[in-house]
Amino acid sequence: MSDQPPYELRTRAVVAGHGDFALGVVSAVDQITGRGSVLVPLTNRGLSGDDIVRVLREALVAAGASVVFTDLPAGSWTIAARRLQRERPDMVVVTGANLPSLLDFVFQTGLAPGPAAGHAADKGRGSLAVIGNAD
Amino acid sequence: MPIDIYRIDDRLIHGQVVVGWGQPLNLRFIVLVDDEVACCDWERELYRMGVPPNFELHFETVAGAADNFGKYVQDRRHGILVTRDITAMAKLAALVPEIRTVNLGGLHYSEGRHKRLRYVFLTEEEEQALRGLAQRGVVVTAQDVPATRAVPLDELLVSRRDGA
Repeated sequence: MSDQPPYELRTRAVVAGHGDFALGVVSAVDQITGRGSVLVPLTNRGLSGDDIVRVLREALVAAGASVVFTDLPAGSWTIAARRLQRERPDMVVVTGANLPSLLDFVFQTGLAPGPAAGHAADKGRGSLAVIGNAD
Repeated sequence: MPIDIYRIDDRLIHGQVVVGWGQPLNLRFIVLVDDEVACCDWERELYRMGVPPNFELHFETVAGAADNFGKYVQDRRHGILVTRDITAMAKLAALVPEIRTVNLGGLHYSEGRHKRLRYVFLTEEEEQALRGLAQRGVVVTAQDVPATRAVPLDELLVSRRDGA
């Protein structure tokens, strides 16, 4: 009998953000779905540019993951992830991650992580809405 | 319009630069001064992809930044110049006397560095280099984002090591 959790609960991606963004959004995923274990949250607080690359590399290896969600397209995590893509061409990076995108990702168990990340990005993009008079 | 900020930040381009300072100061161009990045196509492309389309990004070596300094300060838009470390900024400031202020935005922990602020760790040599800048009349302060207080160099160098 395997000690591994069922596939739907296995770690498949890293969520990397500023401050407590990743911790918070992964906590929200877990509260809503019970599948927070699919995502590993990382913060860049207190890390140099070189440290950010190292921490991300180690987290991906430890998790056996190839998908990275970052919070800010112009942020240091995105730069680090792009840098790692040079040594890991299989990596998929989704920038501007939000809660709907991550909720979608953890439920995409029928897709490989790469396509699931693309699906999640579509979901996250489509989830932004303005309600009320924004003029 | 002179360049608004001369920043030392080991992350170079990231959220604090593009958004934290970029939005309130309406920054429209970044001069990234780094000898390694300026000479590597792949590194330049990496940082270019990280910058929103409303920013213009220039890559310079220290010598190139000094040569082209006049062009940047004549730009009518707001801009920021950023180096990865104190050494590069000190070299540039020695070549360009017009640099009168330097912002310590982020120098994170590495071996041999001591904590001065949550986001500033310095070696003895780096502290000496900063004092050297100050002795030449450059005003050095530490400030990661506009909403925080600019910490003067004298205060920084006597600040408690627990990051107060």
